[in-house]
Formats: sequence, C-alpha cells, structure tokens
Amino acid sequence: MSVDTDERPVRCLVAKVGLDGHDRGAHVIARAFRDAGFEVVYSGLHRAPEEIVQAAVQEDVDVLGISILSGAHNTLVPKVIDGLEAYSALDDTLVIVGGIVPDDDEDALKAAGVAEVFGPGTPMSETVDFVRANLPERA
Amino acid sequence: MVGRDTDTDRDEARNTEEPAGERQEGAADGASTDLTDRDAALVESLLDGSHRALARVISRIEDRSPGYRRIVSALHDHTGTADVIGITGSPGAGKSTLVDKLALALRDRGDTVGVVAVDPASPYTGGAVLGDRIRMASTVGDMDVFFRSMSARGQLGGLSMATADAVTALDAFGKDTILIETVGAGQSEIDVVRTADTVAVLVQPGAGDDVQTLKAGILEIGDVFVVNKFDREGAERTRAELDEMVHRREESAETTHPAGHHGPGAARVVEATDTSDDGSSTWTPPVVGTVAETGEGVDALLEAFDAHATALCDSGELAAARRHRHAAAIRTLIRADVGALASDSIAEHGGIDALAERVRRGETDPYTVAAEVVDPIERCVERATNRTSSETSQPDTESRRDCPSEKD
Repeated sequence: MSVDTDERPVRCLVAKVGLDGHDRGAHVIARAFRDAGFEVVYSGLHRAPEEIVQAAVQEDVDVLGISILSGAHNTLVPKVIDGLEAYSALDDTLVIVGGIVPDDDEDALKAAGVAEVFGPGTPMSETVDFVRANLPERA
Repeated sequence: MVGRDTDTDRDEARNTEEPAGERQEGAADGASTDLTDRDAALVESLLDGSHRALARVISRIEDRSPGYRRIVSALHDHTGTADVIGITGSPGAGKSTLVDKLALALRDRGDTVGVVAVDPASPYTGGAVLGDRIRMASTVGDMDVFFRSMSARGQLGGLSMATADAVTALDAFGKDTILIETVGAGQSEIDVVRTADTVAVLVQPGAGDDVQTLKAGILEIGDVFVVNKFDREGAERTRAELDEMVHRREESAETTHPAGHHGPGAARVVEATDTSDDGSSTWTPPVVGTVAETGEGVDALLEAFDAHATALCDSGELAAARRHRHAAAIRTLIRADVGALASDSIAEHGGIDALAERVRRGETDPYTVAAEVVDPIERCVERATNRTSSETSQPDTESRRDCPSEKD
C-alpha cells in the first residue's frame, strides 16, 4: 500500500450486542477485515443497541457487522436499524449480521434492512467479497 | 493558502503548455475558497449540531476528499473555544480507560467532550483494528461525548494535520474539551499529540525502563505527567523518579515541593502555576497519580489541566504555541500544494520514468532535470511576486481569542 492512495479504506464497525459473551467470531472477522485493508472499529462486548448506533454514527462507518449468538437478534437488530434510521444513517450503512440465525428470522431481518446474514462456517473471503461488492455509495 | 493571483498565473502557465494530467486534490482545492452547495450544507448542519454531519466532515478530512480544505477553512471561523488536551503513553499504560473516565468527569461538570483516538494502521494492508472505543463505557449513549477513532493510514506527516483538522471540526461543533489519544511511540505520534494545548504523558508503575525511555522525546512534551495504576506496587517510586526528571528538566526549579503528598490525586498543582514577573511561565509539570479503572485521581488531573491552561494564558505562551502550530500547518499545506504543482510539472516533462531514463542514458543529469521541472513554477512565482510587490499584504494585527478572557 503506498503512502498516498486516493482510494479510501472501507470503515466498518464490528459490534457485539446484547448479553452474549462469545466474541471469537467477532475477533476473527475483525482480523479478516483488517487484513483486507479495512479500518475496523471494534465495539467490545455487551453493547446496547443505542451504543452500537452511537458508535456507527460517530465513526461514520460504511459497514456495520453485528455479531450475535444469543438468539436475541429479532429484538436487538431491529433496534439498531431503527436507531440508524433516526440519524438518517441507514441508507449509506451496509448492515450485516453474523451468527446463528434460523432461516425464517433471516428473511425477517432482511426485510427490516439487513443486507446479508452469515452463518457459522462462512469463509471469511465470502464476507469480505460481499462487503466489497455491496458497499453503499457515498453522496 | 495560495492567493488568487498565483492561481491565475498557474492556470495561464498551464494553458500555454500541455494540458495537465489529473489535478491533485491539494492544489486543485486551493483554486477557490467557495464551498460547493453540498459542502456548504454539510458545514451548516455541523454548526447546527448534527452529529452525523460532524462524523461525515471528519471522514472527509481523513480521506482528504475533494473539497475538504474548503470545509475546514469554513469551520475555522467558529473555532478557538475548546480546550485541547493530548494524552499519550506506552501501550497498556491505560490511556483509553483514563480517557473514558476523563470524559465522564468532564460531563459531570457540564462540559461537552470530543475524543480523537489515533491507532496505527498496518503498513502492509493499510487495514487497522481500532480498539480504543472498547474502553468507552462510562458515557454510554451520551451523544455529548463524540468519540472518533482514526487510523494512522501511513500518511507521512499528514496525520498530525488530519488530527488537527478533526479537532477543528469538533471545536467548531462546539465541544468544550477535546481529548486526543495516541500511543506515545514515534515521531508522528508525538506530532499528533503536540497539536494539543496541554499534553499529558501517562506512565505505569514499575516502568523503570519506561521512564528511562521517556527521556528521549516524550519527557520534553509533557505538561502533566500521570502515573496511572497508582494502586500498584512501585507507584510512589515511579512518581518520585518522574518528579526528579521533571525537575532536572526545569533547571530554574526554585519552587520547593512540600513533602507528604501521597496517594492518588496528590498533585503538585498549586505551586506549579507560578508565573514569574516577566510574564514567562515557570510551569513545572506536575506528576499526578491516578487509578483510571476506578476514577481515582481523575478530578485532580482535570485540575492540573485547568491550571496548565491558566498558566499558558497568563504567560502568553498559548498565543506563541498556537502561532507555532499555525505556522506548521501553513507550511504543510504549502508543501503539499507545491508538491502537487511539481508532480504536474514532472508529468508535463514526460513523466518521472522518462526523465530517469534520460539520465540513465547519459543524456542529462538529475540536477538539470530538477531545474527544468521547477523552472515553470519558479517563473510563475517570480511573475506573481513582481506584480504584487507593490501591494504586499501585511498580516493584520487583529488578535485571536486564545484565552478564555478574550473568547467573547
């Protein structure tokens, strides 16, 4: 990477929301994003939806990756999405979810504004490629 | 910034020769001081208090995206009211935790807070994991604490500029206190933290060798020293070592220090604020003990910051320090502009590879090539200076409100 590139790095927030304390997946994806040249802000564990929204807005990220393994995605993820909407930040934030999400829930999350859900065992390169291909256009 | 006359000449020069390749952002931006409508709206909503606009402006600054200079320049008018505090120290010293507690204490006294946390980026991929936010737990959901992580992105020398510009944005937004957090290793980090009015250097107990390394570079920039994790073994000794070093640094240390201050927060603040008769500051950096984890000593640290701010104002050093900083900023900008012009000129002369090949074949030498490339720029400058020499603009003596007393 040269010192002055015109290409701006992808900024993303990797967020752990709610009470689940399993952050291995979040760490792995954060590293994969970093190695792909992204700037990754990591939220730390046990964040409330409002905190995630605050972080996503302040850090002005292109991508919000929510890692959730507790099964509470149906309550927590929509709260985050509503929060982003309230700051009119949803349009240019790519929201993706990683974790164990049943198919029915996946459809509901997608309807709510999640771009994609990545289950266990998804190759890192698949997630990275998806992000690259679906980056929101910045006004 | 580049004046209008120079711009006109530059354009003339350009027209007489081959059309330039793609203009670099730096120089192109200098051509006008007018904001585009969209950027004007962005500035407007930042000043109106939109967090999202603030976040977006900082992104534009980080990205050096087209037009960012005009945005910063438009915001500049609204700055000068924030206290800017830099916090540095070795990895693991507890900077992020301390910043979290400082933000809380500042909020408790009613101040709004901006934080810029700078982390290094990988020199290989450019990627970075910015983890400073993890420690921000005390001010959850409080949008009056605006926390922004920045990656060093390998910008040589540009990082301090980007940080300073981000601080400008936060200041214009109306933040009362702005904290800049960065790892205290390397020149660029030192440059970053020096964009602050007050610099705190964080050390952890038992860091005997750490304190030794502080001598090189960091000791000189500390206005306040913090021994964090003050509840750990060796804390008093580390403070004593620091105290001693600070006093060796302050050769004119006539002030005596009362013994018996122990425990977190026992700062030597009061005697540190002396101002000698000639108005120059005799600021002796206090050494403050804190336990960031519990928040102990944080109030005393804030007092030390306040005392330093007051001392800076009273002695007139603040004005001098800010003048220095503005001078550095102007130099950086001009270098970038002139560098961009030079790149254009290189392109006009056939590109660097072709020029190098000519040297290799023995047709010319690097000195001649450099002279040829710089010549058009030189001629423009000469023409411009000849024209404007009669109407040399003097910097007006209008003073800026550096100190609280002058703010309003």
